[in-house]
This record gives sequence, C-alpha cells and structure tokens, in this order.
Amino acid sequence: MRYLQRPDWHLPEAAATPEGLFLGRRQIVAGMAAAGLLPGMTAAAPAALASRRTVSLNEEPTSLEAVTGYNNFYEFGLDKGDPAENSGTLRPSPWTLKVGGMVNKPLTLDVDSWISKLSLEERVYRMRCVEGWSMVIPWVGFPLAALVKAAEPLSGAKYVRFTTLNDPKQMPGLKFPALDWPYREGLRMDEAMNPLAILAVGLYGRRLPNQNGAPIRLVVPWKYGFKSIKSIVAVDFVERQPLTSWNQSQPSEYGFYSNVNPDVDHPRWSQATERRIGEFRKRATLPFNGYGEQVAAMYRGMDLKKFF
Amino acid sequence: MNAPPRWLKPVVHLLAALPALWLLWAWGDLLFLNPASMQLSAEPVAYTHNLLGLTALRCLLACLAVTPVFKLSGWTPVMSLRRMLGLWAFAYAVAHLLFYMAMELDFSLTLLLKEVAKRQFILFGMLALLSMLPLALTSTRAAIKRLGGRAWQRLHRLVYLAGLAAAVHFILRVKGFQLEPWVYLVVLVLLLAIRLLPNRKRASRAAAQPA
Repeated sequence: MRYLQRPDWHLPEAAATPEGLFLGRRQIVAGMAAAGLLPGMTAAAPAALASRRTVSLNEEPTSLEAVTGYNNFYEFGLDKGDPAENSGTLRPSPWTLKVGGMVNKPLTLDVDSWISKLSLEERVYRMRCVEGWSMVIPWVGFPLAALVKAAEPLSGAKYVRFTTLNDPKQMPGLKFPALDWPYREGLRMDEAMNPLAILAVGLYGRRLPNQNGAPIRLVVPWKYGFKSIKSIVAVDFVERQPLTSWNQSQPSEYGFYSNVNPDVDHPRWSQATERRIGEFRKRATLPFNGYGEQVAAMYRGMDLKKFF
Repeated sequence: MNAPPRWLKPVVHLLAALPALWLLWAWGDLLFLNPASMQLSAEPVAYTHNLLGLTALRCLLACLAVTPVFKLSGWTPVMSLRRMLGLWAFAYAVAHLLFYMAMELDFSLTLLLKEVAKRQFILFGMLALLSMLPLALTSTRAAIKRLGGRAWQRLHRLVYLAGLAAAVHFILRVKGFQLEPWVYLVVLVLLLAIRLLPNRKRASRAAAQPA
C-alpha cells in the first residue's frame, strides 16, 4: 500500500504562507544583491526556487546577511567570514551526486535536473552550532527519505555515509589539514529516514549560496550543525557506523550522534545555553534542539551521555 | 640611558588603545545606529571576547619583545616601553575576563570557579591573568624601591609564565587543528630563547680580553 504520510507538524496546505508573500523575500534578496550587500554573491543572486512552506516556526528567522556571512565551512578557511569571501571558486553547477554502496539502484544524479523535477518544500528550522550559537533558517529542500527510497538500500545497509567535494582547486582550505579531508558525515538508517531530515538545495527562496553548501547539503536540525554536511558529492549505504571527520579528529568532543543535548557538555564549554544570532543574552538550549517529539523515540533506551 | 624620543610613548599608547577604541565605536554603531551591522561579525559577543583576549596576548608578546629588541639592536629607548606594554596586556586580559563574566556567567564567582575547575583552557587563562596581577601591582617606581631591584626582577620573571599560560590557553581553545595559536607560541618561544643568548656588552668585553 502506498500512501502519502504527513507528519502532524506539517502545515496544512491552506495554512502555508503563499509563496512570495513571506517577508517579500524575493524582493529583499534581489534588492540586497543589487546593492552588493550579499557577501560572495556580488555577480548575481542565486536562482529563485519554487517551493511550498510545509514547516513553520514561531521564531524570527535569522537575517540573510548573518545566514550567508557567518559560516563554518573549513574547506574555505577557518574564520567564519572566510566562506563568504573565498567560496567564489566553487562551481556548484553542473554537479554530480553519486548514490551507491549497499543499494539495489545506484544513482548518478545531475543535481540541477533532479532539483527541477522535485516538488520542493520550504522548512523553517533551528540550527544549533556545537560552538554555542544558533540561527533560524528557512531552508528549501526535500526529505532525505525520498533519496533513500529511490536508491532502494539492501537490508544489510544500516548507516548512510555522506562525503563532501574534495577538490583543492575549488576549495582552497583543503590545502590545510584542519580536518582529515574529505569531510565525511553519517547517519543511522532510521535517522536518515526521519521526516525531519532533509537535503537542502536552497535557503530564503533561492538556490544555496556557495558558502552554505551549494548545491546540495544535509540538514538534520536535531543535531549539532556540523552533522549537516555541505556540498555533498557522494551518499553511500554501509553496514557499519562510518568514520566521520569531527569524530575522528577529536572523539572525546564530537560524538557520532551529536544530538543537541543541554545535559551533555562539550568538554570545553557548556551546552546548556546558546546565543541566538542577533541576540545578546543567552537562551536555554532545548533537548534535540526542540525536536524531541519527532526524534526522541529513535534513541529510546540509549544512554545519551555515552552515545553523545 | 638616552631619553626616549618624545613621540615614542604616545604612538605606542595609541597603537595599544586602537582595538579598544575600535570595539567601543563598533558597539556604539551596532547598538544605536546600525542594528544590522556585521562589523563585529554575526556574533558580536564572541567576537569581542576573542578580540580582547587576542589583544592581551599580542600586547604581552610585544612586552616580551622589548628586551630581545634591545639586545639585538642596542637601541636603549625601546626599554621605556616595557612597563606600559605589560600594563596594556594586563588591562586587556582583565577586560577579557570581565566581559566573559558579564556575558556568560552573570558575574557569578561560584560559576567562575566551577568553570576553572572543569575546563583546562580556562584554568590556563586564569593562570596567565593571576601571574600578571602581582606584576601590575608592583609596576611603580616606588614598588621597585620597596622590593629592591633584585627581588623585583625575580618577581617579574612571572611574565614568562603568563606568556606561556596565555599561549596554551589559546591553543586549547580552538576547534580542530589550527595554525594561528601555534604561531603565537612559536613567537613566544623565540622571544624567550633570545634571552638565553650571551649579553652583547659582556660578550664583547670578553672578546676584548687578551687570551
């Protein structure tokens, strides 16, 4: 039996903000691009994307300047202003995404044409960085589960491994060994199938700017930001828990799961509070970044202090 | 000792004050004129905290560079900068701590002690600051007289500890492997190593003695 499963946090069609009315964002973005205010987007703003708002949040979205000007993307430098400045060398189009490993249907996707065929959703999610700051970002994308289903993973596939582009010509930061390149991340199969997990191809109604992980990136909002790997070239289904970059570099500080958890401190700083970009005072960090209702069941019975 | 040129101290004071002046201006701009300004990055609190700490470390290294510069160049006036650079380093370090206490700990001493006990990098930061405290307190001419030159000098060797602790504090703080904090440590080690070279005058005098 096939039916369209809609989680209860999905907005009904009628409640979704008509596209274009939302903040008048097209005009705002276009105006900013014209005024040369968009970092790293001096030539032209990325192409607009049609989408339907399916997930709202009763919190104010972080400004576009901050979302596109304050990034951790070490492939373009270690300073948070570096990606906006240095990511002009990335060529997000054409882009090939290879889906393979333990699957029935290995896929080689041309991201541009894949995007044009999909019906895209806009979802406003919190993003909590492991460093203790957070944003609210209107992503445009589609459920990761759709890609998983398309590849038809074998029953032995228990994990999904994601790999970022590894081309020093496009990513100058790769010349410096800040991490073991290429950047790799991973999810357990049930996490990948969770309806909250999406592959984002845009934000604020347009294709992703390079510094935000163009042309396609993961967004798993209940986990620390570094799990949401950017500029993905490969998705592989594997049997064992894959090695992931931050976990490898400092296993005591960055766990494989890295679910947002105010009760488990980073060894060097507290995770109990966070600073929302645009605010001066700290606010409490929510378990699973406020998405416990949708994801906590996946971790029932696990000691989250051990599997942090 | 030759009198230092008149411009020297004011120029160095101005250079040392620039980061603080810039922060004041940028915060004024952010709070009263341009709330969307990204001058202090998207996270002005973290940016300010980092810049205060970094400037403290830079002033400390500049202070520790005075003796080597004198040793290598023989330019006496540079010695007149040592105390002021040390005091600037201390002032920035205090501002760094106060800003941290204000923004992260609500000025709670209990919380501060907990953090120091729990987090190695904060322990090193406190060690650096606390080893500078007696130096700042005894930085006056009167204090030198009271302590006697020798004891004063011995006490002020604490500055080496402050430098090393501050550099380690920075190394332990960053995420992943980053070059920048190591550069500061290498510069510091070089500045300390130059002190081990034989003194110019003594060396030349020794050379002049008949074998």
